Amino acid sequence: MTGSTPQISSVNEFVIKFANVNGSGSASANQLFAKAVFRMGVPVAPRNIFPSNIQGLPTWFEVRVSEAGYLGRRGGVDIMVSVNPHTFEDDVKELGAGGYLVYDSTARRTIERKDITVIPIPMTRLCLEEFGDMPNRHLFKNMLYVGALAALLDIDVEVIRQLITEQFGGKTRLIEPNTKAVQVGLAYAQQNFDCPLNIKIAKSDSVGDRIMMEGNAAAALGCVYGGATVAAWYPITPSTSVAEAFERYCKTLRVDPETKENRFAIVQAEDELAAAGIAIGASWNGARAFTATSGPGISLMSEFIGLAYFSEVPFVLFDVERGGPSTGMPTRTQQSDLLAAAYASHGDTKHVLLLPANPHECFDFAAQAFDLADRLQTPILVMSDLDIGMNNWVTEPLEWNDNRAYDRGKVLDYEDLEQAKEFGRYLDVDGDDITYRTYPGTHPSKGAYFNRGTSHDPYARYTEAGDAYIENMERLRRKVDSAAQFLPEPEIYFCEKKSRFGIIYFGSTAPALSEAVEHLYAADIDVDTLRVRGFPFHDSVAKFVEDHEKVFVVEQNRDGQLRTLLANELSADPEKLISIVHYDGTPITAEFIASELTKRTGPRSVVPLPGPGTRKVS
Amino acid sequence: MSYLPKPSVRHPKLKRNALGLTHRDYEGNLSTLCAGCGHDSISAAIIQSCFEMDLPAHRIAKLSGIGCSSKTPTYFLGQSHGFNTVHGRMPSVATGASLANRDLIYIGVSGDGDTASIGLGQFSHAVRRQTNMLYIVENNGTYGLTKGQFSATNDYGSKAKKGAINPYQAIDLVSLALQLGAGFVARSFSGDKTQLIPLIKAGISYRGFALIDCISPCVTFNNHDGSKKSFDYVREHNHAMLKTDVIPEKEQITAEYDEGTSVSVTLHDGANIHLRKLDADYDPHDRVAALAHVQKVQAEGEIPTGLIYLDREESDLHEILNTAAVPLNALDSDRLCPGEAQLAEINQALR
Repeated sequence: MTGSTPQISSVNEFVIKFANVNGSGSASANQLFAKAVFRMGVPVAPRNIFPSNIQGLPTWFEVRVSEAGYLGRRGGVDIMVSVNPHTFEDDVKELGAGGYLVYDSTARRTIERKDITVIPIPMTRLCLEEFGDMPNRHLFKNMLYVGALAALLDIDVEVIRQLITEQFGGKTRLIEPNTKAVQVGLAYAQQNFDCPLNIKIAKSDSVGDRIMMEGNAAAALGCVYGGATVAAWYPITPSTSVAEAFERYCKTLRVDPETKENRFAIVQAEDELAAAGIAIGASWNGARAFTATSGPGISLMSEFIGLAYFSEVPFVLFDVERGGPSTGMPTRTQQSDLLAAAYASHGDTKHVLLLPANPHECFDFAAQAFDLADRLQTPILVMSDLDIGMNNWVTEPLEWNDNRAYDRGKVLDYEDLEQAKEFGRYLDVDGDDITYRTYPGTHPSKGAYFNRGTSHDPYARYTEAGDAYIENMERLRRKVDSAAQFLPEPEIYFCEKKSRFGIIYFGSTAPALSEAVEHLYAADIDVDTLRVRGFPFHDSVAKFVEDHEKVFVVEQNRDGQLRTLLANELSADPEKLISIVHYDGTPITAEFIASELTKRTGPRSVVPLPGPGTRKVS
Repeated sequence: MSYLPKPSVRHPKLKRNALGLTHRDYEGNLSTLCAGCGHDSISAAIIQSCFEMDLPAHRIAKLSGIGCSSKTPTYFLGQSHGFNTVHGRMPSVATGASLANRDLIYIGVSGDGDTASIGLGQFSHAVRRQTNMLYIVENNGTYGLTKGQFSATNDYGSKAKKGAINPYQAIDLVSLALQLGAGFVARSFSGDKTQLIPLIKAGISYRGFALIDCISPCVTFNNHDGSKKSFDYVREHNHAMLKTDVIPEKEQITAEYDEGTSVSVTLHDGANIHLRKLDADYDPHDRVAALAHVQKVQAEGEIPTGLIYLDREESDLHEILNTAAVPLNALDSDRLCPGEAQLAEINQALR
């Protein structure tokens, strides 16, 4: 650390990136680092950027630390912790001017860059010296650099010790060596460098009552609260942890305390087709059921989604999106299933989508999805993605009201059937396009019908009569369009002055977009924003498009799928819908959005990031 | 036309069962299958079985895939809910349905194309999971609705109506089910009502996965000389291994059974099944021996029929998953939703 080297100085506002080898236990150590920052009251956003592999390939873990509460990816790196010799050179290049490089200096490296501060720590050598007799000694390297960072960044080491105890709860024999590794790293940093650095963490209360949680776990918990009893799934990244978390929660929350029997059934199916079939069979029979999948699963389930749409069987599907098409980038994030989901299956179909932007909404929308499915008697697709699903987000605490009752929709029970003059499964009695159903086994002589994917009349009887078919198809179209009124409303922000520009976005783009917009405001660029939270679109979406000269549609896929949906579904001039897309598999950054919007909103200078007073290079 | 109701006139002296229902109460709509189709005999056998077992039809759910066979649930048990799913996917829908309400009886009707080709995976996994259902394959070795293509159960060397010889080996669903752990494996013939009805009754009573691979000749596309699934061929080569009698719990056992040649099993619902051995030294409770015996009889060019295997240890997916005795679809929010206070604790643990 020489005086002439520029150094970023910042408290609680920076990006740290870890470059590791996958399968080395690094993710849990990096996670622990992020949790420690969170426990110190500083908002933090960890993102695991990992390969489709179990062991030996490069993997990165980026942690955004932001007192100001920016939880999207910013772009750029201020501290690089390089533990993977194979990516070392690229990792050094990625570090911004004034940044800090912490690396495993067991093998010394020559570093050409003069604009960064180099902090060599012989991690492997220290592990060998301290844990020479332990079989997995290399695993302690991760905890060792966490200890060093505690000294360098002024993180309360007690918080780290506490987290280790929590993490290894039952396995006490692991607590001691991990705590020791932290101590070794801490001591080495304290002895060899001026601690803390100019970039550091200070205790704060900016987290408030927020929690830290993965979207997939939140969705699974939403299913528990929403009353789902049957889950069927097929392993696929990044949705696997929805089913696994559902099982974990059910085992603590859904076991009969007396009989020890399960008030749930989970089937790991033979493929996605069967997973959809099981969920549909259970829903037809009156249980709340769901499946969770990702892009390839949507392709495989499409025939079943069409059956459920046409025969009006409710069911809930979670699509945790990843990079497509085909096998695509299975461990990278995208929002590229939107069109496939909105119109899944052959023939004329349209489906209800819920578009959560954070784990809090994953929970809410999951629970709500079951009410919507029962109310509308149609598939409800909750569209999340890898970024939300598999990363730990700082999110608002989950909420439930004990007065809330499940909406099971129009279901006739024994008494209803006794009273009923006639029963037609697809007879629109109320004139709202939603018809009454019955569960199998309800009544000895009334209410039975044959659920079928072939065309049917109002009494569920097979027919190939064109007028009956058209009548049914038109009712289905009206029914799904009517869903908009039940869906979460868009989140709309108008800037103080009337703006010509609007931005429409959804899902995991939200935090980076909010940050970018604040910086546009700072540069006097006025934009209004609308976050879509459901499909079919609420009327206010059409109005928003109508009210702006240009509407930028920001999303994470190649073809601008939300833009296509907007152009297709609204009577808007497609020329005014301008696509801004980011689809390299990494989560979209605030820098990217700000720079794209700046270019397109007029001849103005590029807006620097982040905002005033939070971080400076001296 | 299937949507025309049958005439509702009923003879006042029709026999009534314990529920006061007549045979007619178990019927469905008029069949639209070809006259003489084996599938209609199977529908009739299902009707007869349910009538004689005094089953309330609304407590039965009937499921099917796609094809001629899968149309048939319209033609029986008009008071039962039915689900005509997508091609080859009935097993998964039946699995889900069965998980939602363990108290109903599930009868799946499928065909050889639906089960052995497009649905082979789903069939296999429904067997593995011990889905509690009676699964009837109406097996005619041909694709009827698309007019006569070979199916995967069509026998090697069998001749198509237009003269082509099948060059591929047949998939034997009975052997497959035995290998995959089915608890109840039978084969029958739509033309042999006396054999089929007891098998259907036993299959309904059985807790676990019960398969009846029922050869059901296609009168239009696969009932000619040279076909190995024609009425004449099956009659000539039918090799009944066991004769099955099912006696409901409440009835006295009147027939006499020789212990050396018969086996008696009491199922979980109290029904007694008597198997009279037609092949000496054949043990229908030995899975490995059953598999070997089926292979041997088939290698000799015969068609083994009857209740081929019965696992006395009845087990199903609910037992494997330890699901609640109360059907999952009957649990109310009090028993499903952990509530506000619990959520506050969960939030706290995530800080």
